[in-house]
Parts: sequence; structure tokens; C-alpha cells
Amino acid sequence: MIYLQAFVDAVALGTLFALVAMGIGLVFGVIRLVNFAHGELLTAGAYALLFTKGMPIVVRIVVSLAVVVALSAVMEVIYRPLRTVSPATVLIATFAISFLLQNAALLAFGTQGENVEFLTELNKAFVVGGLRIRWITVVGLAVGGLTLAATAWVLRRTDVGLQMRAAAADVQMARLLGVPVRRVVVMAFLVAGLLAGVVTLVLAVQRPLITPTFGFQVMIPALVGVVVGGLDRLVPAALGGFAVGFATVMLSSLLPGAQRVFLNTVLFVLVITILLVKPDGLFVGRRRAVERV
Amino acid sequence: MRRRLAVWHLLGPSLLVVLVAVVGAATPPTIQFQVRSVLVTAAIVVALYAFVGNSGVISFGHVSFVAVGAFAAGIASAPADVKPSTFPKMLPFLANLEIGNVQSLLLAAVVGAIYAFWVGIPLMRLSGLSAGIATFAVLIITHNVIRNWEAIGPGAKTLALVPPTTGFLQATIGLLVVMAVTYAYQRSRWGRRLRATREDPLAAQASGIEVHRERLIAFTLSGALAGFAGGLFVHLLGSITTEQVFLDLTFVTLAMLVVGGIGSMWGALVGALFIAGLNAFLVELEKGVVVAGRDFDLPSGTRLLTLGVIMFVVLVTRPSGLTGGRELSWPLRRGRRA
Repeated sequence: MIYLQAFVDAVALGTLFALVAMGIGLVFGVIRLVNFAHGELLTAGAYALLFTKGMPIVVRIVVSLAVVVALSAVMEVIYRPLRTVSPATVLIATFAISFLLQNAALLAFGTQGENVEFLTELNKAFVVGGLRIRWITVVGLAVGGLTLAATAWVLRRTDVGLQMRAAAADVQMARLLGVPVRRVVVMAFLVAGLLAGVVTLVLAVQRPLITPTFGFQVMIPALVGVVVGGLDRLVPAALGGFAVGFATVMLSSLLPGAQRVFLNTVLFVLVITILLVKPDGLFVGRRRAVERV
Repeated sequence: MRRRLAVWHLLGPSLLVVLVAVVGAATPPTIQFQVRSVLVTAAIVVALYAFVGNSGVISFGHVSFVAVGAFAAGIASAPADVKPSTFPKMLPFLANLEIGNVQSLLLAAVVGAIYAFWVGIPLMRLSGLSAGIATFAVLIITHNVIRNWEAIGPGAKTLALVPPTTGFLQATIGLLVVMAVTYAYQRSRWGRRLRATREDPLAAQASGIEVHRERLIAFTLSGALAGFAGGLFVHLLGSITTEQVFLDLTFVTLAMLVVGGIGSMWGALVGALFIAGLNAFLVELEKGVVVAGRDFDLPSGTRLLTLGVIMFVVLVTRPSGLTGGRELSWPLRRGRRA
């Protein structure tokens, strides 16, 4: 029973990381840029929810989504000069933005944190056959599944999606064939922003205490998940994020009490092992060379 | 000319280090500490460069070796009469150990090298982002173990009473040693082979270079230097917690390397001196200074914000870093041409 309960909690955390991982994977797939500041999109959305406290729920959701998408668009503009530089520089530059935004939040709002009070009813649990399941777990799963499906649909069934996949496969060739690469990149950031906005809403219900590192805390494990899963394609990236969240909770319930403090050691030894065995990603099959997003 | 240039590549940066140290020694005591910590940070960044710069593989794990070196040197040199009572779970052998300053620095280097070699055997097969995440995993594991395995580390407590022997002399000599070893490696046949794999792995392999072996050599050497720098660090601070050698230090040192220019030792040094110097300057500004008879101080928190902005602006305007990844050029030749 205790393992079944852990399983439910593991699925909840896994879904959350999977959603964050998808946003990171989408941008990486199109322009080969690991956006370290992806977590700060979530933080911005959470502060937007905080500032609209007391307003109608729809207003809060719309404002939060708008803030996140707008910030994502701003990031796209800021990152433009980085297109031609080496991966190491890009990594550190996006990290600098993350660092900057975190410290701006710290300066503006302090470390204390404040309760966002957003859809608190969803954080309550119901009991099924002895299992305590929080509503947000169910909602999160549904939202996660729908979002993943919607993103997959956009990528496969729309012109913009086709262009994104073309740009992801080969930017030069796509440009020669008339794909407006600039617009495609903007679109990728907007979609990633929208995904981040959705995650923010789910995360703000689960972890209502909003601090400057609200997003950064989930960004790091999600990023690890993206690389473990296979960051070239969307579904493997999302599965990787899910795997990291799932493994975290399962391991902490499987490890005996005194050893629980070594959770991170066990988890990251697993990460290294997977990277050594499958450096291209755990969930990447043989079709990998065909398409990236 | 070429030989003179080779000497200059080491001598020029060394002169700058000595200059910084001499000027720093003449400042008020509070600023003196800042300058010493700038020098030690520079030693960490140069050690990081020895691997990252020459191999082109980003490592997020080097602070593990700094941590291992710092705790090895710190625990081995802290007084044996207080350790058993402060850290009851520590192995008796470690708790009763008390060695001198130089021995502890050598111990730090040896421990760093052994750890890096051992970790490097599997990890050096990876490159790109997988290598980045795998080395990051090493950092997390190292932190987790040192913090929680109380037989070998201080646990969540602060390791205090480490003799604060890193004065100006030790910081300067330590940094110069790290630079000399790094530069000697870079010009050796091993260094050149590794740099060949950085430029074009396939061509290097086709010329008979074993990428894994060359990377492992550099990783081990770099681990030794990072451990040594960790030893300097613990003797600078006098007391240390596991959090001081973790994520923040990792990102700060990597940022220094990239801002200075990832491809040259001169770049590593310039980046470290530039950012650490700027940081020290902003620390003083936050405390408040008197300019032209008026009190002037920045709200606390501005420091990190300013650092973030400057880092980003440098990277966008000079993507290959302040030095463009080149070694220091010979100043007289340029003058003759002009």
C-alpha cells in the first residue's frame, strides 16, 4: 500500500517535470539553445498570480499566461545575438539571464516568499481504496496529457509545426526552401512560453509558496531529465523529465530510513549510468536522425 | 622570437598576478581579504581551464575536486584536540590527524587527482551536453556524500579552526604554481594532442590520438590543481561548509572562464580577475563608501544584479570572451608595428 501511495506521488511529480522538460526540449530542438532561464518563466508567472490575488480566477490565469508568454518572447529577442556563438557561451549567457532574473526577484520581493492562494481547493486530497490522491495530481495529469497532445498536434498537423520541424532538422536547408526561420524561432519561444505558463498554474497549486527560486528548483531536475531522455525530440525529453520526477519519489520511499539522505547520490549515479549506456538519450530509438522535434 | 613569446605567455600573466598581490597588500585589511580571495578564485578558474579550455568539454563538476581538496586539507590540518568532540562520528584516523600547511596542500592535490582520475575513467567517454550533465551529477553526488557521510566529512556543521595560512604570499605562490603547471601541460605533447581533439575529434583520431586517454590525463591534472586550489581556499577562509563549494561556486567560476575567454590561460586569468575584482568592488560599494564628502551606498542585492548584466553584455558583445581566447600578445612587437 505504501508503495502504491508512493507511485501516485511519483506520477504527480513526474508529470510536472515532464511539462517543464517539454518547454526546454522544444526550444532546444529548434535552435539548439538550452535556455537556463526557462525556470524564471515559471517564477514570473507565479509572481503574476501573486499580484492578482483576490481577483477573479479567469483574470489571474489570463494575466499569468500573458506574463509568461511575453517574457518568453522577450527572451527570444535577447538571445538573438547568441545564434552564431559557441554552445559553451550560449549556456553561460542564458545562465547569466537566469541569475539576473532571480536576483531581480530577490531584490524586489525578498527571500521570504508569500502564499499565492490559487485554486487551493485542488490541493485537497480525496481517498480511493486507502490511497490519498490530491485533485491537482489528477488535474495535472490531464493538463499534462492534453498539452503534450496539443503540442504534438501543432507540430505534426499545422504549417507552423511543419516549418518548426524543418528548421529543427536543418536550418540552412529550411531557409533555402523558403521557411521563414526567424518567425519559426519566435513561434517556438511562444509555444514554449505557453507550456511554461500552463506548468506555472499547476505548480502554483501544488507549491503555493512563491519565492525567487520557485522555477529554478524544478528547472534543474527537468533539465537533467531532458538530457537523460534525449533532448533532440519532444516526447523523449518529456519522458526523461517524467522519469526523473518519478524516480525521485520512488527512490525516497524505497530507500531505508537512515539511507534516505543519500537519495541524490543514488539518483545521480543512475543518471550517470544511463548517460554512459545511452548518451543520446534513454527514450530515443533508432529513428533519431530523422527528426528532432 | 617564438621562444620569447612562449616565455611571455607565462611571464606576462604572472607579472599581472604579482602586481595585483603587491597592490592588494598595500590596501586596508578588509580589502586585503577581498584581494586574497580574488587570487584564490583565479587559481580555481585556471585549474578549471586546464581541462575545459584544452579539451573543449564543459565540466560542471570541477567544484567537486575543489570541495574534496578543501575538506581533505581542512580536516587534516584542523587541530586534533577538538575534532573528536566536534565531529563524534568521524573516523578516528581522520579525527586524530593533524598535519602542517604545505603537507595539507599536497594532500589536497593528491586527493583531487585520485578522485578526478577515478571519476574520469567512465565520464571521459562523453562529450557535449551529456558530459555537462554527467559532470553536474558528480557535483551533486560529491556534495551529497560529504554533507551526509559523517565518518569522512563535517556533515551539516561548519568545519572551523582550519589554520588561516593563505596570506598574500601563499595565495600568490599558489596561483603562480597552478598557472605554471597548466601552461607547461598546455605546451607539452599531451596538451597539444588534447587541443587537436578539441579542434576536430575525427581528424585527431585519424592521426592516432586516443581521445579518451588524452582527456583523462587532462581531467586528472585539472583535478589535482582544483584540489590544490581547494586547499588554498580552505586555508583562506579558516572555516568552511559544504554549501560554499557547491552550485554558486560552480557557476561563478564557469562564468569567469567564459567571460575571460575559454580558449586561453590568459583568458581564464583575466576573466577571474575581472569578475572577482568587480564583485569585490561591488561588495565594498554595498557596504557604503564616501565619494566627494557624500555618503554613497548601493542597496544590497544590486551586486549580483550588476554582475548578471555585465556577464551577459560581455558575452553578447565579445562571444569569445574578453581575450578572444588568445594568449597575451607580446606588447613590444605591436608597438613596433604601429
